[in-house]
Amino acid sequence: MLRYTEYPPKGYRVRMSTYWWTARWAYLKFILREISSVFVAWFILETLLEIHALIGGPAAYADFQGFFQQPIVIVLNVITLFFVLFHAVTWFNLAPKAMAIRLGGKRLPPAAIAGPNYVAWVVVSAVVAWLVLRG
Amino acid sequence: MNKRSNEPFLWLLFSAGGVIAALLIPIQLFLFGLAFPLGWIHAPSYDQILALARSPLGRVYLLIFCILPLFHWAHRFRYTLYDGLQIKHLNELVNTVCYGGATVGAVAAAYLIWRIP
Repeated sequence: MLRYTEYPPKGYRVRMSTYWWTARWAYLKFILREISSVFVAWFILETLLEIHALIGGPAAYADFQGFFQQPIVIVLNVITLFFVLFHAVTWFNLAPKAMAIRLGGKRLPPAAIAGPNYVAWVVVSAVVAWLVLRG
Repeated sequence: MNKRSNEPFLWLLFSAGGVIAALLIPIQLFLFGLAFPLGWIHAPSYDQILALARSPLGRVYLLIFCILPLFHWAHRFRYTLYDGLQIKHLNELVNTVCYGGATVGAVAAAYLIWRIP
């Protein structure tokens, strides 16, 4: 059993249940946040498929739009949006914990560091939407 | 152990990919994954999307947009399996699948973006 060689155990260690993350809401939130990466990868895969269709020409591209319209893909994309938003919010809120900026001996309040992240998010989203939709 | 750890480099990719994913995926997913297919917003034509994607800036954007989040996934998912399921004895396999998968994805992305007419 003791084949976990990366960090050799020193002395007695309590064995943790495989399902330890179901014990508390905070643990579950942690795992959901980590799982969000799978949905990030899923959307990149969708984007690659879209680029592939784009290379194929107008007919292939029009055909491929049917893929996005399938109910199962729509449902999957709704779930993906939920996880990606969860990732974004937890990521932006993490910034104040990762950098402790001090001004005049006092630590800057978390909102002063997380705030600009949200502003950047809105601005970047607006620019992307404008570029795609301006026609 | 004299071997330098490549953990900082992988963490940097994870971190950069996390920023890109947080800033850019929600709006793109909303537009291309929901708003256009469901007809909430009129989708741009093939020519418009092609014009955006084929421009030099568009290609650089797509390259960053695709590659960094793949490595973000690789790093985070690796540790999800490591901490969450505690399958530490499969460490090497997990690492190969995660970083290897991201590398294959990155190469595929570069190839596809290069091939945009």
